[in-house]
Amino acid sequence: MAALTPISRTPVSFYVPVVAAGGAIAGMFVGTAQGSTLLGILGGALIMATAAFLLTQVIKAEKPGRWGLLVLCAVAGFAVGGLPAGIIGAAFGWFFGWFSFWLYEGRYRAYLAPYLTPGQVLWHFSFRVICGAILVFLITPIIVVMPLSFNAQDFFTFTPEMLRFDPAGYSLKHYEDFFTNSDWQGALANSVKIAPAATLLSVSFGTLAAIGLSQPHVPFRRAIMAILISPMIVPLIISAAGMYFFYSRIGLQGTYVGVVLAHAALGIPFVIITVTATLVGFDNSLTRAAANMGANPVTTFFRVQMPLILPGVISGGLFAFITSFDEVVVVLFVGSAGQKTLPWQMFTGLREQISPTILAVATILVIISIALLTVVEMLRRRSERLRGMSPG
Amino acid sequence: MTDTAEHSGPMMAADGTPLKTSLNRALRRQKLRALMLIAPLLIFVLVTFIAPIADMLFRSIENQIVSDTLPRTTAELADWDGDSGELPGPAIFESLYKDIFIAQERKLHTRLGSRLNYELTGVSSLFRKSGRRVDDMGEVYQDQFEDLNSFWKKGENWNALLGSDSWMTAQSSWNEDSGSAQPAFEIRAELSALLPETAATYAIFADFVQNEDEDNLLSEDPWAIVYSALYEDLSAGADVSGYSGPGATELQEAAALAADFEVVDFTAAFEDIDEDWHNIEVWQTIQTYSPEFTSGYFLNAVDMKKGLDGAEMRPENEQLYIKLFIRTFIMSMAITCSCILLGYPVAWILANLPARTANLLMILVLLPFWTSLLVRTSAWKVMLQQQGVINDTLVWLGVVADDSRLALINNQTGTIIAMTHILLPFMILPLYSVMKTIPPTYLRAAKSLGATNWTAFWRVYFPQSVPGIGAGSILVFILAIGYYITPELVGGTTGTFISNRIAYHISSSLNWGLAAALGAILLAVVLGLYWAYDRIVGIDNVKLGG
Repeated sequence: MAALTPISRTPVSFYVPVVAAGGAIAGMFVGTAQGSTLLGILGGALIMATAAFLLTQVIKAEKPGRWGLLVLCAVAGFAVGGLPAGIIGAAFGWFFGWFSFWLYEGRYRAYLAPYLTPGQVLWHFSFRVICGAILVFLITPIIVVMPLSFNAQDFFTFTPEMLRFDPAGYSLKHYEDFFTNSDWQGALANSVKIAPAATLLSVSFGTLAAIGLSQPHVPFRRAIMAILISPMIVPLIISAAGMYFFYSRIGLQGTYVGVVLAHAALGIPFVIITVTATLVGFDNSLTRAAANMGANPVTTFFRVQMPLILPGVISGGLFAFITSFDEVVVVLFVGSAGQKTLPWQMFTGLREQISPTILAVATILVIISIALLTVVEMLRRRSERLRGMSPG
Repeated sequence: MTDTAEHSGPMMAADGTPLKTSLNRALRRQKLRALMLIAPLLIFVLVTFIAPIADMLFRSIENQIVSDTLPRTTAELADWDGDSGELPGPAIFESLYKDIFIAQERKLHTRLGSRLNYELTGVSSLFRKSGRRVDDMGEVYQDQFEDLNSFWKKGENWNALLGSDSWMTAQSSWNEDSGSAQPAFEIRAELSALLPETAATYAIFADFVQNEDEDNLLSEDPWAIVYSALYEDLSAGADVSGYSGPGATELQEAAALAADFEVVDFTAAFEDIDEDWHNIEVWQTIQTYSPEFTSGYFLNAVDMKKGLDGAEMRPENEQLYIKLFIRTFIMSMAITCSCILLGYPVAWILANLPARTANLLMILVLLPFWTSLLVRTSAWKVMLQQQGVINDTLVWLGVVADDSRLALINNQTGTIIAMTHILLPFMILPLYSVMKTIPPTYLRAAKSLGATNWTAFWRVYFPQSVPGIGAGSILVFILAIGYYITPELVGGTTGTFISNRIAYHISSSLNWGLAAALGAILLAVVLGLYWAYDRIVGIDNVKLGG
């Protein structure tokens, strides 16, 4: 993004107090942790104001100045509270170095429209900080779980050893438990058995139906669509209750077949939605052209239509897979102990004997989700490129 | 021109049929083909998903258990006037004796007891107790018959007396180990006319032994209730003098002496088992729930019950579900509101940042969306605990004292925090896709015309983003109102939803009818919202993952 506004250096009376205010906030946390909030606020403000003034007016050279501040703060932190405080100190040092020059050089204005008032500039950056905080809120639980899964203790919080980055505070024992415990391994095996079967069912039925639904003349299209999407809308507990009653009547409750059928039904809406979305851009004259050249409908489907909608089908399949793989409510009711899946095992673990192995499992699942997310995103881009909707 | 005549008629297709017919046929074929493609899935969803839902709805009104378990009693109770304050007559007590006797042999009386216990507390133990002691009542007659003649002690004599000759022959030659089916019991036609009650009761007994216990009928002695039935027939004046089959002498002897038998007063005998049988309320409850279908579960689900004069509210201390529905509703609203508050800025910034940065930040939104629900719930459970990460951080920062750590879990706060986090992507994604279509020039135009920042946002931008808020809110609300896992794990007792109650009734209290009724109400609410969503957004426009 090109710069919009020519920038100029700001006066000392502007940036030094702002940096001091930032320093006060940082100092408040440090001070509270050390015992005196007020001293922390005053000290932080004073130190950072001085640092900003010295950096910009005395040292002037940006790179060495910022590095110097970083090292200084890191050392100070290390002296006070060991390695973790040293790292926090380094982070503070880096931030205030950058912050001082960012304000001093007036860089913050560069990408903003020149006519904005100072109030609007302030709001612009406050807004970004708020959004940043919300994004942190979104991602924190996942970030926190990962390091905790390497805890050497059976605690659910960071132990002092972990905070000191003491290798003794970390271990792989929860992962070891996951890979050796027969309960977890049985649950994993069940999940791996059930999810692909359910995915296969919902993808094969769902793709056919999506092609049918995309034809120009479909009677009762709206009603059919509403029925097919309903498994996604109906609360899981109601689906689970209904399936439990009905499947016990016909003898499917507590069987693999029952769980697979139930999961396939839950995955179908996702397949329908993704595949119909892909078919929106599908050029029907291609199938007519294939037919014109003598291909029978089956050949047309597999050689012409399928390759083009494949990305949609695969991402629909991934959605269906993750639905089944993560599903716990329905399997809790439709399945019996023999079909205990990974989420079920986690659910019991969380409700009864809460063990940190859950965190190890959670980390593994997060990694699987990241992999799936990457695949879906790549497929989506490829599909858009194929349909010429975006340059990719 | 010679071919003018040909063109004046209807237009023809190449094969000579009228074009209209030909096009219609093509259209029909096209429709049929589309339906053929959809049919397998539609049938699949109907069988695996819609049928279970329908079954659940059916269960919420079905009430056959009472009339199935107590067929005679309920039939006779139909004429009884519950308002009169008088106990049912002796005939009804006698029917009750038979019904409970058969039910306890089939081990069905406890199920009926627990069913009626939902309506009137204490009935469960009443039935259990009666089931244990109902045997004694019939033994009065059994003993008298057996004292009269040891002929009546033996099951084989009864079979010879009441079974038809052809069945007797088949049964005697049947080999238990042969694996072939036991010949089904056949009543002796002559006695069925003479002793109707005995024949009917014995047939029930025979059916039970042969088909449920799968024992050899020849080696089983009849239930005490058969003796009572025989006494009933004989004392009613059955004329057995013309009968000459097996056991005729014993039967005639019994008929002559039966008049002198000690009589059981069933009304008193039941009072002896439990005084509650003389409690008019018990009888009113049985009568109220005799029909095969009931609105009782639904009334129960909204804290009402069937009284004498139609529906009435339950006493204050038994009211539970309306409060729970309201709580579910309010908490879902709170979650939806916090999702709007947190989602709106993020969606705005994603829609207004340059594509590269926006895509990068989008990952932060999509990653939680793709992460397993249980992973996120367990993360919150870990973070919100008293000794968890958040409390530890707050204590370390000195915001709260170590001895007054915040209770963030197992209450409403926990549920709202965790569910806001879990449902936030469902708000951000529809908001984002709507905001993406609002041209940024509108805002600039508004400002250049003199609007302040706030006016420009509120009068120009916000109204255009309302469809996104609507779509996101309905989606989040629908998902929140039916949530089960997260409230169950982080909600404790005060942060649970109606779905937790449904699950409790299915798996713990086994009151399936009530669970189905609560589910039906919840389903109605959700379908109403679904309909609204369809009208506002259209189900075809549901977007997944941006």
